[in-house]
Amino acid sequence: MPSPAFHVPDSVEDVVALLAADPTARPLGGGTDLIVQMRSGRLVPGSVVDFKRIAGMTGVRHEGDAFVIGAATPCTALKADAALAAAWPGVVEAANLIGSVQVRNRATMAGNLCNASPAADSVPALVAAGATCVVAGPSGKREVPVQDIPVAPGKTSLAPGEFVVEICLPAKPAGGGDAYLRSTPRTEMDIAVVGAGVSLVLDADGTCTSARVALGAVGPTVVLVEEAGKALVGTKLDDDALAAMSQAVQAASNPIDDKRGSVSYRKAMAGVLARRAVLVAATRAGAKA
Amino acid sequence: MNAPEQMKQFRHVGTRPVRPDGVDKVTGRALYSPDFKAPGMLWGAILRSPHPHARIIAIDTRQAEALAGVKAVATGRDLPTLESLVMHVGEGASDIVDVSHNCLALDKVLYEGHAVAAVAATSPEIAREALALIEVEYEELPFVLGVEEALAEGAPILHDNVFTKGVDPKPDKPSNAAMRVEMGGGDVEGALASAAATVTGRYSLEPVHQGYIEPHACVASWNGDGQAQIWTSSQGHFSVRALTASVLAMPQADIRVTPLEIGGGFGGKTTIYLEPVAMVLSKKSGRPVRLAMTREEVFRATGPAPGAVIDVRLGAAADGTLVAADVEFLYHSGAYTANDAGAGVSSAIGHYRIANTRVVGVEVLCNRPAAKAYRAPGAPQVNFAVESAMDELAGKLGIDPLELRLKNAVVEGDPQTTGLPWGRIGYVECLEAAKAHPHWSAPLGPNQGRGIAGGYWGNYGGPSTVNVSVAEDGTVTVATGSPDIGGSRASMAIMAAEVLDIPYERVRAVVADTASIGVSMVTGGSRTTFATGMATVQAAEEVKRILCERAARIWGVAADQVEWRSGEVTCLDGEKQGQVMSAAAIAGRSFHSGGPIAAVAALSAKGWLPGFGVHICDTEVDPETGHVKIVRYTAIQDVGIAIHPDYVEGQIQGGAAQGIGWALNEAYIYSKDGKLDNAGFLDYRMPVASDLPMIEAVLVEVPNPSHPYGVKGVGEVPIVPPLAAVANAIHAAAGVRLRDLPMAPDRVYAALHPEG
Amino acid sequence: MSKIRVSTTVNGDAAEFLCESGSSLLDVLRDTMGLTGSKEGCGSGDCGACTVVLDGEMVCSCLVLAPEAEGRTIATIEGVAEGSVLHPVQQKFLEHAALQCGFCTPGFIVAAKALLDRNPNPTETEVRYWLAGNLCRCTGYDKIVRAVLDAAAELRQERTPA
Repeated sequence: MPSPAFHVPDSVEDVVALLAADPTARPLGGGTDLIVQMRSGRLVPGSVVDFKRIAGMTGVRHEGDAFVIGAATPCTALKADAALAAAWPGVVEAANLIGSVQVRNRATMAGNLCNASPAADSVPALVAAGATCVVAGPSGKREVPVQDIPVAPGKTSLAPGEFVVEICLPAKPAGGGDAYLRSTPRTEMDIAVVGAGVSLVLDADGTCTSARVALGAVGPTVVLVEEAGKALVGTKLDDDALAAMSQAVQAASNPIDDKRGSVSYRKAMAGVLARRAVLVAATRAGAKA
Repeated sequence: MNAPEQMKQFRHVGTRPVRPDGVDKVTGRALYSPDFKAPGMLWGAILRSPHPHARIIAIDTRQAEALAGVKAVATGRDLPTLESLVMHVGEGASDIVDVSHNCLALDKVLYEGHAVAAVAATSPEIAREALALIEVEYEELPFVLGVEEALAEGAPILHDNVFTKGVDPKPDKPSNAAMRVEMGGGDVEGALASAAATVTGRYSLEPVHQGYIEPHACVASWNGDGQAQIWTSSQGHFSVRALTASVLAMPQADIRVTPLEIGGGFGGKTTIYLEPVAMVLSKKSGRPVRLAMTREEVFRATGPAPGAVIDVRLGAAADGTLVAADVEFLYHSGAYTANDAGAGVSSAIGHYRIANTRVVGVEVLCNRPAAKAYRAPGAPQVNFAVESAMDELAGKLGIDPLELRLKNAVVEGDPQTTGLPWGRIGYVECLEAAKAHPHWSAPLGPNQGRGIAGGYWGNYGGPSTVNVSVAEDGTVTVATGSPDIGGSRASMAIMAAEVLDIPYERVRAVVADTASIGVSMVTGGSRTTFATGMATVQAAEEVKRILCERAARIWGVAADQVEWRSGEVTCLDGEKQGQVMSAAAIAGRSFHSGGPIAAVAALSAKGWLPGFGVHICDTEVDPETGHVKIVRYTAIQDVGIAIHPDYVEGQIQGGAAQGIGWALNEAYIYSKDGKLDNAGFLDYRMPVASDLPMIEAVLVEVPNPSHPYGVKGVGEVPIVPPLAAVANAIHAAAGVRLRDLPMAPDRVYAALHPEG
Repeated sequence: MSKIRVSTTVNGDAAEFLCESGSSLLDVLRDTMGLTGSKEGCGSGDCGACTVVLDGEMVCSCLVLAPEAEGRTIATIEGVAEGSVLHPVQQKFLEHAALQCGFCTPGFIVAAKALLDRNPNPTETEVRYWLAGNLCRCTGYDKIVRAVLDAAAELRQERTPA
């Protein structure tokens, strides 16, 4: 097993050049997926490109009320940014369900996204929040919606030489609230059997004016269920609206049977978790109990 | 806590001093198996079968041997051909031919992960690279994973030479039913037919792993003269020596096994996997060789506890008196004949007085790793079925489940399954303690329920050797042959200090290697504090006698004119009456008054008694998701006398946690092609800290009259009751009876929503 | 492939080592530097036995590539005690019998100290969730959680001027 070349470039352009030069090269952020895959032999990269030392790659930048999160920012650092945690608690909580504290001190949302696991915890929350990411590549930078990155388990839409440099979260809309819930057999150290991210906006009288519902582990990629959002918009999140939302979620779920869960259980949980997440998000949006 | 019966007040027994090996373990200094290195050592690696069942046609190792840095390659052909010999070392019996073939397969691989070849090289990277260069030609064979499938007509037979043991006459065809054990008596069918209430159920469990955090590792160094050293952690270095010597057909005294600190065993480190392979590689290379497993290898190739299919029928009279029990189970034996059925049969219903019983257990071979002992091996599976059935029966009879158990619980003098009378056991005392415990009557919240279950484990005694020696300053060393897995150095030091009536800190306990102390059986069977403790007490008593004799000689008085008081010798005779001589004063003069002061006790401890436990569990079940939260847990156990109560509580808490894991989430998951699909700690879900509440351990002390300090074994009992305690609590919380483990959220959900 | 030279600070002392790029920090600590207190229970970040503190944050050293340690500061179990004086977390683990086999203990102690360094008064639940990345198979966690809570109490007392 040959050891990969190890690069520590100091600019985004150098990262892009190194990745473009070797199709087996892998960017190294937190390494919590990459190193496990390397050590198990599932992945044998010719080179590893550690981009953490590039200025701006680690940390949260505030642009007005919006947030730009460097691709190497560990999940635990998100909690330390009070404004981010207040604006997007669902996203921050989702990122801080991954692995253990030890893992979250290294793991990043960008890595969680680019590992392209359908069960990635932070991704449904990011998709629900309408997050985008900035991709750097041989032809410059482009900004794409987060949900466009994963295309299949373990596969992304990134072209050779491309990597995610930052994740952008918009300003929290007035009356907005978000939440992410997942189902796992254990309380920690587990992979989502199903995950549900919700972001919604309530107007002054509690009517939902917009809603996004995204699901993890019920398909080959994280799914944005537009019908579920529509079922909530215009309602006061009454039981009928929630039931319609849950039904839309179940209809959009197309999970597999595997060691972590069965089709029927995953479908059932998608509905339950989405409903619970809506209620948490609504509370955060200021809904009266 | 009950007052010890007829036991004198102790100075040390029952106290909670810091363990002598503690500082090394909290500072990272203690050396465990994977930490040890020998000068000039090579790094080994093992090639494992990708197939669950296949014939090995050929192994070509030439390319691997040619790789620069590779110093030795070994296959099953490098191990000597052995005659079948059943050895009773470790925990339970094993045929040495099976042990050998499990270390390195010869003609067939019997499970995915079965070792087929090994290399030793100058670096771990080269060793792994060399494995990829070994070419093995396999002829894949049909495989079987399930116990019922393995017994079905036309199932692939694992071994041509296995004919079901325990069946008379001997069958004329080989079978995957390796062994059948039956006990019982009376008229079961008649009693069931006339019972006021009966329950019937079929239960199933998947194999589970012991889950010790330290993977197996060893270093072997074979000298040119045929003598060898092995450094490894195990539950018994004498078993490692005996098994390794037998596999390699060499004299035991030519192997010196040095025990390293052991990072958990729970029964799984009572056998050998790596040592003969490392020895062969060392012999071939002329260098010390280290072999170490990855976590994945631990899951794929080392012993799980058997899964099971269990049928239970119980019958009771209207007043709750049990009248009949019929229990029949199939246990996964894995690749080779395992040992769990016998203990399963004897511990299935032995905690109740039942006139008419039939208990049958069958060991079933299948293409899984060879089952190995796991804490009370064979008992938790069948106990899960029986104690779940007891709960159902209580419901049918309208009797409180604790009262039903109390009404039928065995007491001293009742006949055991074997017919012999029970000794001074404490099941009733545990049930009474449960009834009196505030937990039993505490209010419950919404979606919460309370379950109870009782059970026991027979425990063991057996051979132990202990050397107690006195240094010139009067301090004392206790050397045992029993690996310390959970604080036994502390309990040995306590017992020696108690005998000698000296401060605990003046006694130090060590674990000696196979060349430095006499043979001792494994730390297993909950035997160490009992049996090695008995040897410690005996040797310490002899040291005390020698010290008295020496003092008498120095004083020039008759031996019966001195007495041991408060850690010193007091003279009772003549003008020296009242003079005292300390151990330090006597030992300081020992070279000129009879020689060094030491005593060896080598004994086979008898008089062990079983331990009984009663667990109370509160669960909260999420009706929408099937998630089960353990809200409160109390484990009550008769421990005889607790020598070091902290470590006794620790055994009970740890055993309960393992049982909760078994109940809720742990299981081997196989893919359709016969490969283990969750060979890691991520998907083999052992409980983490946030999954559990505090586990209250309640020590009931019913002393064992056959032990100088009243000890009963405590380590294994606590894994027996949790499976049913959790299942019964789920039933109480959610109204559904789960008969298949694990009771993971999807299973509970399916039970709650049968419509799908 | 030639080896990579890495300069770090380990337990306060400058330390240099040569490593393969694919080696983990844990491999280097254990096999190159002889610091075997950090254990490998899984090699995949699922057991926490290899927990060390890297630039102030606890991580699984099996999930750090050795060359990543260049210029960084590492604290391992071997540096928790000050000379022969045990840290209160270590002392409380002994007093509460919070270890049985002791194999997971170094990882727990490093993790528990990291918790108390930032949260002097954690609740039982906070302790349990913080330590959820550390597997213990012997104790059922009860005595570990008690030891950590007791160490927190003792540290608070030490910090309070008399």
